[in-house]
Amino acid sequence: MDVLGRYRNLIVLVGVLFAQVLGLAVQVKRTTDGESTHLIRIWAVGAVTPLEKALGWVQTSTGNIWHNYFYLRGVRAENRELKQEIERMRLEQARITQDADQARRLQALLAFKEQFISQTMAAQVIGSSGSEQSRSVYIDKGERDGIKTDMAVITKDGVVGKVLRVYRSTALVLLIDDQSSGVGAILDKTRLQGILRGTPAGEVVLEKVMSDETVPVGETVLTSGGDGIFPKGLPVGKVTKVVPGSDLFLNIHVRPAADLSRLEEVLVVTKIDERQAQPDQSTAMRAVDILAERLPTVPAKTDANTDGSGSAGTAQPNGAAGSTPAPAGKPKSATGGGTTAAAVPKTGTSNAAPVAKKPVAPPLTSGATGGSSAVPGAAKKPATKPMTPAIDPNTKPKPQPPVQDTPQ
Amino acid sequence: MAITYTSGEQVEVYRFSIPATILIPLTAVFLQAWLPLRFPFFTIFDLPLLVTIGFATARRNPLAGLVTGGLIGILQDALTHQPIGLYGISKTVVGFGASSLGIKLDVENSGARFLLTILFYVVHEVVFFLIARGLVSLHMEWSWTHEIWSGVANAILGVLVYALLDRVKQRT
Repeated sequence: MDVLGRYRNLIVLVGVLFAQVLGLAVQVKRTTDGESTHLIRIWAVGAVTPLEKALGWVQTSTGNIWHNYFYLRGVRAENRELKQEIERMRLEQARITQDADQARRLQALLAFKEQFISQTMAAQVIGSSGSEQSRSVYIDKGERDGIKTDMAVITKDGVVGKVLRVYRSTALVLLIDDQSSGVGAILDKTRLQGILRGTPAGEVVLEKVMSDETVPVGETVLTSGGDGIFPKGLPVGKVTKVVPGSDLFLNIHVRPAADLSRLEEVLVVTKIDERQAQPDQSTAMRAVDILAERLPTVPAKTDANTDGSGSAGTAQPNGAAGSTPAPAGKPKSATGGGTTAAAVPKTGTSNAAPVAKKPVAPPLTSGATGGSSAVPGAAKKPATKPMTPAIDPNTKPKPQPPVQDTPQ
Repeated sequence: MAITYTSGEQVEVYRFSIPATILIPLTAVFLQAWLPLRFPFFTIFDLPLLVTIGFATARRNPLAGLVTGGLIGILQDALTHQPIGLYGISKTVVGFGASSLGIKLDVENSGARFLLTILFYVVHEVVFFLIARGLVSLHMEWSWTHEIWSGVANAILGVLVYALLDRVKQRT
């Protein structure tokens, strides 16, 4: 009895440690994620996350007031730059749409199924686990917002992680740099597939790529869709280092595309549709159409101004040019059309020359996309078909100036 | 008995009010979860550990120390995705050790607190490493350089935290 009293503290310590080790062993033994610890986690999350939410709200509100009301310096210039950026991206999009449409047609032929992100939910990152060994963050959306476990979490830059646990108004997101995470990934150009894992040091490594393969540094890593969580084709990061690993595999170090240490807002992919690829039936706007839109418009000539013979040289409504007055007859317009059309990188047969009938018109460049002219209506024609010249059948065709490629 | 005597030296025992006992650990865990989002370097600090050491050395009661450490650790565990008990066991050991050492040593001056924090930081990391590797099969890398530097950083912050705790502790 005296011994018990003397070593009371030590006995209690051993008892407490034993109980905790036992609890830990039970949790490790169970394969399913612990119902046994669910209550403790709910209490802990319930105690901490309201504070995090409140602070996040204060921070966001203060930031909004500052950015939306006080700090508006340079907005006009930024707006101008953004408009230019939009123009540039529209051109890019038009080009990519062509490629995508082609890919869809091929996929449809092969009866491929595609995955589409059809619904996302924006969420704010309110806290982290606070541990170097557990790389995870809390978001301010939970069960009542429709969040479920294993939903993919992304940003505009790339993949962030997946939802691991869902609470009533918050959710725990496991980041891709955690050592227990795994993402099916594929290298963009070499098309080598592997598994993306986090390391204890917080790095991201692509594993299971054979060591006899050549992987260039700087290559983009995408999701492969093989894990059933992340849709195929999302950017994951770039290869930074390739070193030989163990068991005939390479250790490919990847820098994540999304900045995982400074996450503020993320998108939770709440719905993914899987359907068979179908080619786009709508008439996609091509790059040349967009360029043509940017040309200065010329008012349509009235009948009073024309000489009645129909040989004014301006575009006549016909099948090729449509009803849009063609600017080719005006020197300024024609020049614009020629130079801008040349900027489109697609090549094609040159058939734009007949549009300009007046000798005063400078030579047009070769058609960019399928050789269509800078005439907006004409651009809708299929790329492979030569455009019908906008010539009045009553007038005799005059010799045309030579067609010339003038790169901008 | 308000004062305990060890080796003829007078050692004062303090206590904390109930609100302080609840709110300070909660705040520490909250800050540990929130600050790394804004300042990623903050992950090298372990604020709940500093609070555990601060409470344990002030109370100088091993039972109170181990219980406080255990509860703070479990709270910290509950926010991670790992099994509950990793931080719990580590901080139980630290809480017990710090309060036991607090009886024997003068931990009122900043130098002693600094060294004590480095010591217990390393103890905490060793216990955590052993449990994580041995019981949970986590892949962890041990680096003495990293641990020592992290210990020094925590000790510097710890001296400030203990100074703040001194303001709320009450003499029994």
